[in-house]
Amino acid sequence: MNLNAEGLSKQYPRKTGTANYFYAVNPLDLAVRSGEVAVLTGRSGSGKTTLLNMLAGLLRPSEGTVRLDGVDLYALSDNDLSRLRSEKTGVVPQGGSVIDTLTVLENILLPAQLYGRALPVDAAQQWLERLGLAPLRDVRAAGLSGGERRRVAIARALAQDPVLIFADEPTGDLDDENTRLVLSAFRACAHENGQAVFIVTHESDALQYADRVYRMESGQLSEA
Amino acid sequence: MKRFSLSVRSLLRKPGRTAALALLTAFLALAVFGGSVVVLSLRNGLNSLEARLGADIILVPSEAQSKVSFQNMFLQGTTGAFYMDASVLDKALEVNGVEKAAPQTFLASLKADCCSVKIQVIGIDPETDFTVQPWISRSLARELGNMDVAVGCKVEAGVGEIIRIYDQRCKVVAQLESTGTGLDTAVYCSMDTMNALLKAAEDKGVSHKIESGDQVISAVYVKVRDGYSIDTVNSQLTGRLRKVTAVRTRSMLTGVSDSLAGISRTVTALIVAVWALALVILLLAYALIIRERNREFAVLRLIGASRRMLSGMVLTESALCGLLGGLAGTGLAALALFPFAQLIESALNLPYLMPDAGTALLLAAGTVLLTVMVAALSSMAAACRLSRVDPGTALREGT
Ligand SMILES: Nc1ncnc2c1ncn2[C@@H]1O[C@H](COP(=O)(O)OP(=O)(O)OP(=O)(O)O)[C@@H](O)[C@H]1O
Ligand SMILES: [Mg+2]
Repeated sequence: MNLNAEGLSKQYPRKTGTANYFYAVNPLDLAVRSGEVAVLTGRSGSGKTTLLNMLAGLLRPSEGTVRLDGVDLYALSDNDLSRLRSEKTGVVPQGGSVIDTLTVLENILLPAQLYGRALPVDAAQQWLERLGLAPLRDVRAAGLSGGERRRVAIARALAQDPVLIFADEPTGDLDDENTRLVLSAFRACAHENGQAVFIVTHESDALQYADRVYRMESGQLSEA
Repeated sequence: MKRFSLSVRSLLRKPGRTAALALLTAFLALAVFGGSVVVLSLRNGLNSLEARLGADIILVPSEAQSKVSFQNMFLQGTTGAFYMDASVLDKALEVNGVEKAAPQTFLASLKADCCSVKIQVIGIDPETDFTVQPWISRSLARELGNMDVAVGCKVEAGVGEIIRIYDQRCKVVAQLESTGTGLDTAVYCSMDTMNALLKAAEDKGVSHKIESGDQVISAVYVKVRDGYSIDTVNSQLTGRLRKVTAVRTRSMLTGVSDSLAGISRTVTALIVAVWALALVILLLAYALIIRERNREFAVLRLIGASRRMLSGMVLTESALCGLLGGLAGTGLAALALFPFAQLIESALNLPYLMPDAGTALLLAAGTVLLTVMVAALSSMAAACRLSRVDPGTALREGT
């Protein structure tokens, strides 16, 4: 698996000031590699989420390309890109992302269900247990706490066994022990399972799980 | 279908929302189905009345108009009797342009034991009658025999029963199909039977005698030959016959068809108003609901749902809501309209004939289909807007 970004940038209209546009992400080249945990840190508003979304096929860049094994994501039709997202990526977005009307297990099986794939029930069960969610399996998600929701989103991303894992501040609302649990799970995915993991985080602890660390400063990316 | 079950689940797990949307569409279905059934029934009633009257001109004694309103007599079955000499029939037949002429004789019964109300007995001449006889023939293969009667559908007497009119035993040999008019409450017999009944009535002190002649009739139904002006024939008849008034049936019905047109207009306006209102509410409701569910849809996009899938799910959900509402609304309208046809008829004061089961079902199916489509379409606008933005942006907005 090869994910390569070339000349990738995102501009947004400026709300105030003289220039009409500003770079939320300056043009950059980046490779996300299998078997590696890449961690991206930076101050709030520096463009981390914007970059992650573009890499994950969720946000059309202003310029540049994102290629997955040579395929330009943003040259695909919506149908093809959606299918590719479903098959290749697992994304834990910033903010809540579980569907309240479904149970925890239903949430986790949903990506496969959308495309009529075989439901990864065993993998789901296994991740529920690893993330301490087993007792909540059949509970309606509406009643979950913030940290429980976050872990459900993580279990959902991992249970599909994607080649690419993107996580945007996955430990933001977790206690220390759960943070360690989640981060070591991500590391296992990369090191034991050969998946590519890309994590955005403020957590300085995360750095010790990283194979590669990037910093974002006002849209400018640098490798530490 | 996996995604279909997802839509169903989403509806079931938000029963309040689903019920509210279904209720909105139920109003649409109620208005359309209820309105069209009422209008159709009125139109049916008028058609049937026209067919039953079947004549271009009706001749009645001049004094009749002061005695009874024809319109009430034919529409509501108000009883009434007036008589003239039977020679009017022959004189009418001599007039140029008269194709057919048939006599009828009326007798208002006292409270008969068949019925809780007074009924109108109508004597016809099976040989010449062209208004009631064809209708009787549909229920009775032979002619009406002596002391035989055919009863309208609303007369509570079954075939084979004996009803007593002025103490005369009359045998019910046929019950006629509904016409939705006052004719449904009448009892029909041959002229011979009528003469016997008239005599019995006289014995009871109900006088119907006129100065001249023995043989009396109440009305002559005239059909004008093709190519002749009805008005010309009408004035010729009036000129020739003394103490007889010639009434154009059309003029009797214009009152009816005018109020029918009025009611149709009102009902149509009502349907349009309900639709406009419900449509606006529905569009707003979907806009709000989809905004409320923005996050949910953004998440679906995040985990791989394409724009088309998402629109499909929204459409499926709203179509199912529409189906639910359409069925409920149509069912409710049917429940309100069919058992209470009688009540509606007397409230409207117009001939009212319900459509038959086949037509009603077709109408119901059409209504449900329409509601499903409208529900689906009104969620479409919201569904389209929703899928225009990138999932990344949608996620940010939905937070
Ligand atoms: N749709 C948008 N329109 C305009 N500006 C935007 C939009 N999305 C993001 N931005 C701006 O782009 C910049 C980068 O946003 P981004 O969410 O990537 O930051 P971040 O590094 O993830 O911040 P945080 O750590 O708080 O999540 C911010 O200044 C933000 O206001
Ligand atoms: Mg962010």
